[in-house]
Amino acid sequence: MIIRSKKASDISSSEITPPEIYLGRRRFIRDAGLGLATLALGGTALPNEITAQSQEIPPRFRNLKSELGEELNSYRDITTYNNFYEFGTDKRDPSRNSGEFEPQPWTVSIEGHVNKPGNYELDDILAPVTMEDRIYRLRCVEAWSMVIPWYGFPLAELIKRVEPTGNAKFVRFETVYRPEQMPYQKTGVLPWPYVEGLRMDEAMHPLTTLVTGVYGTELPNQNGAPLRLIIPWKYGFKGIKSIVKIEFVEEMPTNTWKMANSFEYGFYSNVNPEVSHPRWSQARERRLPSLFKSHETLMFNGYAEEVSHLYAGMDLHRWK
Amino acid sequence: MAMQRKSLTFTQAWTFTAGSKLHSSIGSNIVIQKHQILVCKIGIWIAALSPGSWLVAGLFLGWLGPNPVETLTHITGMTTLVLLLVTLSITPLRRITGWNGAIRLRRPLGLFAFFYALVHFNIWFVFDQVFNWRWMVEDIMERPYITVGFSAFVILIPLALTSTKGWMRRLGVRWTKLHRGIYFAATLGVVHFYWLAQSKADVRLPLLLGLCLSLLLLYRVPGWLERRQRMIARSQGSNIR
Repeated sequence: MIIRSKKASDISSSEITPPEIYLGRRRFIRDAGLGLATLALGGTALPNEITAQSQEIPPRFRNLKSELGEELNSYRDITTYNNFYEFGTDKRDPSRNSGEFEPQPWTVSIEGHVNKPGNYELDDILAPVTMEDRIYRLRCVEAWSMVIPWYGFPLAELIKRVEPTGNAKFVRFETVYRPEQMPYQKTGVLPWPYVEGLRMDEAMHPLTTLVTGVYGTELPNQNGAPLRLIIPWKYGFKGIKSIVKIEFVEEMPTNTWKMANSFEYGFYSNVNPEVSHPRWSQARERRLPSLFKSHETLMFNGYAEEVSHLYAGMDLHRWK
Repeated sequence: MAMQRKSLTFTQAWTFTAGSKLHSSIGSNIVIQKHQILVCKIGIWIAALSPGSWLVAGLFLGWLGPNPVETLTHITGMTTLVLLLVTLSITPLRRITGWNGAIRLRRPLGLFAFFYALVHFNIWFVFDQVFNWRWMVEDIMERPYITVGFSAFVILIPLALTSTKGWMRRLGVRWTKLHRGIYFAATLGVVHFYWLAQSKADVRLPLLLGLCLSLLLLYRVPGWLERRQRMIARSQGSNIR
């Protein structure tokens, strides 16, 4: 049982896009012609290309800031600078190499210690949930960061629906494995498919978000379409992309980066300015598009008030 | 016959300053040699300046993406390593082709390598350390990956400073010894790159550079052994006497 209390980073109800509008939009987009959709959405509309080309922040986001008063990064920055190794190891690779990827139709397999396992159509997963704009800081383990208006819903809502049993201690996520559409899955850069995991209480936390969009438009392939995870108080690589499998398990799953290099990357990967990466300090970050690595990194990426209780009594230097 | 002639002209060209007997045909060869070196030098300038120009242009025209500093750091570091390897390939090139004129290309190549190392270091100091000496020292002391990279840079400084003809003459044999530092600088540089790449799980490029460096160093091993043996023989000879 999660008791929700109002926190600084909570989004007030006035900021949340009402579901009927969102669902209406989805139907609109699906059924209507481009012109109609564009008209209906006051020009902020669907096709990512439009926003990508105009490089403009859509009007309804224009004056939005994070709860700390931070400016949002541009749609262009968010969609052209990505770590998504399935499409390449350079930050520009995902936007260049993900054109062939097909995020529709999409099915998520829910397995393990749950009362309602099965293959869930993405549309069925999304039908009952309340979609929200969520402005979160994204702190990469490489010490750069952005502020991003995601579009999604709390993972907890899905978890409650599938009814985990008492044996479910951790949640294990898997990215789709499609070497024919994801060129770097043919290389051995990382062990495929990409795996991530959360402790049950982390997964149930209201900040943990399943994301289907950014800037109110559908998630582009390079950002993890059609469904990805965002855990804002953890390093970005925990936010697994293009999820096809959610498994409820008893043992702590081994996540891909820990598998690849357990000396440098751990399971928890909470943003922590006091625990350095072996190659660089995590005390500061480069808040893009700034050139200088002068932005002070906050404990739990600025969400300490909301999440520090999850780690009470844990030695965070040890549990990286 | 043809082989013999070829090696003759090359040798002549290399030793012409020693005032060996010149006749007209060799004289024209010298002109050709000078011409070749000039063409190569122009080529080096263009090739070595192009990554830098591309970066500067990209910085102002915005094609370096949302995190230009990452690209600046990466490209200047890569260029330093590639230029160090090219510098190290001059000696093998000279021996294999017999073209001694190649030695004249070593200094500009080495200096360009240092130039990129200097820029690389400064980008890190300005944008990553934000002019903060304390942070910089801490990074150098605490993180081996930075320590080796910084050491490589420090090793290159005296090499660049003593690259002039004047210093070459003044230092004599010691100049040759000092400039063997490039072997260490290049090795540390590749290790530095490898460690960073390891963090990003993609070590293909540093491995490729490491392979090239190993070949270039291995090529020198027989020569070193021979020289060592000659030195031992000489010292033993003097002992007998």
